[in-house]
Amino acid sequence: MVRFITRRVLVGVATIIAISIIVFGLFFAVPSSPAKVMCGKNCDPASIAAVETRLGLREPIVEQYTGFMKGVFVGRTYAEGTAFEQRCDAPCLGYSFRNNEPVTAILSRTLPVTVSIVAGAAVLWLLIGVSLGMVSALRRGTLFDKVAIGISLTGASMQVFFFGLILLYGTVYATGLLPFPSYTPITENPLKWATGLILPWVTLGFLNSAIYARLSRAQMLETLSEDYVRTARAKGLPLSRVYTKHALRAAITPIVTIAGLDIGASLGGTFITETIFGLRGLGKETVEAVNFLNLPIVVATVLLAAVFIVIANLIVDLLYAVIDPRVRLS
Amino acid sequence: MRKTDSAHDVPAAGTTDGLGGTVALEVNSPVDAPIEAQKKEFVGRSPGQLAWLRLKRDRTAAVSAITLAILGAIALLAPLIGKLRGMSPTQPFTDKLNDFAMPLGYAGGMNSTHWLGLEPGNGRDIMMQLVYGMRTSLLIAFASAIVASTIGVLIGILAGYARGWLDTAINWVIDLTLAFPFLIFALAVIPIVEDRFFGARDAIPASFRVGLIIATFAMFSWTYTARLVRGQVITLREREFVEAARAAGAGTWHILFRQLLPNIWAPILVTLSLNVPAFITTEAALAFVNIGVIEPTPDLGRMIFNSIAYVASDPYYTLWPGLTIFILVLAFNLLGDSLRDALDPKSTR
Repeated sequence: MVRFITRRVLVGVATIIAISIIVFGLFFAVPSSPAKVMCGKNCDPASIAAVETRLGLREPIVEQYTGFMKGVFVGRTYAEGTAFEQRCDAPCLGYSFRNNEPVTAILSRTLPVTVSIVAGAAVLWLLIGVSLGMVSALRRGTLFDKVAIGISLTGASMQVFFFGLILLYGTVYATGLLPFPSYTPITENPLKWATGLILPWVTLGFLNSAIYARLSRAQMLETLSEDYVRTARAKGLPLSRVYTKHALRAAITPIVTIAGLDIGASLGGTFITETIFGLRGLGKETVEAVNFLNLPIVVATVLLAAVFIVIANLIVDLLYAVIDPRVRLS
Repeated sequence: MRKTDSAHDVPAAGTTDGLGGTVALEVNSPVDAPIEAQKKEFVGRSPGQLAWLRLKRDRTAAVSAITLAILGAIALLAPLIGKLRGMSPTQPFTDKLNDFAMPLGYAGGMNSTHWLGLEPGNGRDIMMQLVYGMRTSLLIAFASAIVASTIGVLIGILAGYARGWLDTAINWVIDLTLAFPFLIFALAVIPIVEDRFFGARDAIPASFRVGLIIATFAMFSWTYTARLVRGQVITLREREFVEAARAAGAGTWHILFRQLLPNIWAPILVTLSLNVPAFITTEAALAFVNIGVIEPTPDLGRMIFNSIAYVASDPYYTLWPGLTIFILVLAFNLLGDSLRDALDPKSTR
C-alpha cells in the first residue's frame, strides 16, 4: 500500500513539473514579445521596457522558469535594484503589474467563489444523479425509468450557458423568485451564501446529474447481470442486501473515478457558469486575464487547474484502492 | 469488455473467426426469430449488415438522422437561403430597431420577413445568423473530430503494436495530455499563438482562428481514440489471424492497416460520432467567452454571449441560438448512442 501511494505521488509530482514547463514555455517563449503582449495595443516602447524590467523578461527563458519555481517555494523579488522593485512572498505564483498585486492575492480572492460553486453543485449532482440512475436501473422498463431516461438524455445534451440563462430569465427576470446570484463568504452569512449561489448550483447540478444518472444506470444494470449477484440472490439473501452490499459497491467504483476527475476539472474554473451569473471566481478571472493577455495570471490559473486535476487523479486512485480490493492486490 | 472481433463492418476483411458469433446472434435475436422460423434456414449476414439492420430498426436513430440531415442541408445551402430571402447574415436592419436598439414589434421582432426576429443592438436577422452559424459549428466540429480520430488511430495502433519504450513514451504523453485542463488551456493558448503569427497590429483572418480552434481541439482529443485503439490492438495482436498473416510473410504495414484496423472500426466510429456533439458544445463554450470565431463570421456560441446583456429585455435572442445548439447536440448524441448499440456485438436489439 505504501509503495502504491508513493509511486502515485511521484508520478503526480512529475506530471505537474512537466505541465509547468510546457505552460511556462508556451506563454513566455511562444509570443514574439511577452512584454508587448501584456502591455497591449498602442503601447509605447518605454512602457514595454518597463514591463520587461519588472518581470525580468530579458533573462533567458530557463532562468525565468527557475526564478518562477524559486518564487513558488521561497518567494522572490522582482526587478531587484531598480525603481520597480517588488517583493513577492512564497508561495509566489507571479506578480501582476497590471493589477499591482501578487497573483496569489487574486487567487485567494477568487478561489473560494469557485470552490463554493463546485462544492454545492457536486453534492447536488452526486445525490440526484446517482440515486436517480440506481433507482431507474432497479425499476428497468417502468414509467419511472422511462421518464428518468428522457430527463437525463435532455440534460446530458443541454449546454450550461443555455440552461443557465433560461433559469436566470425564469427565476430572476420574469418572476423575481430569486435574487441575482452573488457571492457572500459562508463565514459571514451562511444563508446569504446559499441563496446567492442557488442558481449556479442548480445549473451545474442538474446538467451533471443527467450525465451521472445515465452513467450509474448503465453501471448498475451491468453489475446486476453479473454472476455473483445471481449467486447471492440464489443463496437466498434479501434483495435489499444484494443491491446495497453486492451490486452498489461494484457499480459505484467507476462513478467515483469520474466524479473525482469532474470535480477536479471544475475547480480549475467553471468559467461559463461564473460568466453567466457574474460571479468573480477563478474561471471568470482567467477569462478576463486571457482577454487582456495578463500572462502572470493566465500562467498561474492554468497551472492551478492542472494541479487540481492531478490531485483529483491521485485521490481517485487512493479511493479506488479503498473501495475495490482488487486494485490493492495488483 | 467489448469483443470487437465480430464487429468489423468491412465484409472484405473476412479473415477473422467472427462468423460463429454472427450466426448465433442471428438466431437468438428476438426480433428475427419469427422470420427465421418461417424460412427455416440461416441467413448469413456480415456484422456490418447486422449493424445496419439494427440501426434501421431504431426509431430514435431514424428521427435524429432525419433532423441532422435537414439541419445539415440548411447549413450547406445557406447562401441559397440567403438569396431566396434576399438578405445576408451580416446585413443590419437598423430601421427596424427602436431608440433603445431593441427590435420593434413583439417577441424580439418576429414577423413574416424576419421569422426569428432581429438581434438587439445591431439589428441583424437572427435566422440568417443561425443558418450561417450552424455552418461554422458543424465545420469546426467535424473537422476536429476527423483530425482527432485520425491522429488517435495512428498513434494508438503504433503504441499497441510497438510495445517497449515507444508504447511507454506514448502512454506517458497521453497521461500528460489528459491531465491538462483542456478548456482553460484552449482558452489561453489561442490568443497567444495568434500573437506569434500576427502580432498585435495585423488583422487576424477568420480562417486562421478557425484552423487554430480545430488544431487545439484535435491536439487534446486524440488521446481518447488512441487509448481505445491501443487497448484493442493489444488484445488483437496475439490472435491467430495476425500470426497467420505474419507467417504468410505480411509486412508490419499490412498487418497494422489491413489486418488490425478493419477489426476496430466500430469503436472508432462510435467515438468519432460522439466527438462531434462534444466539439459543438466546446466550440460554443469558447465563443461564449469571446475566444471563438471572430466577427463577422456568424457563430452560435457568440450569439448567446452577445445575448447575455439582453436576457431580461429580449429572451428570444438567447432562445434561438441556444435551441439550435441543443437540438444539434441532442440529435448527434442520440445518433451516436444508437450507433454504439447497433455496432455492439453483444446487443440483442
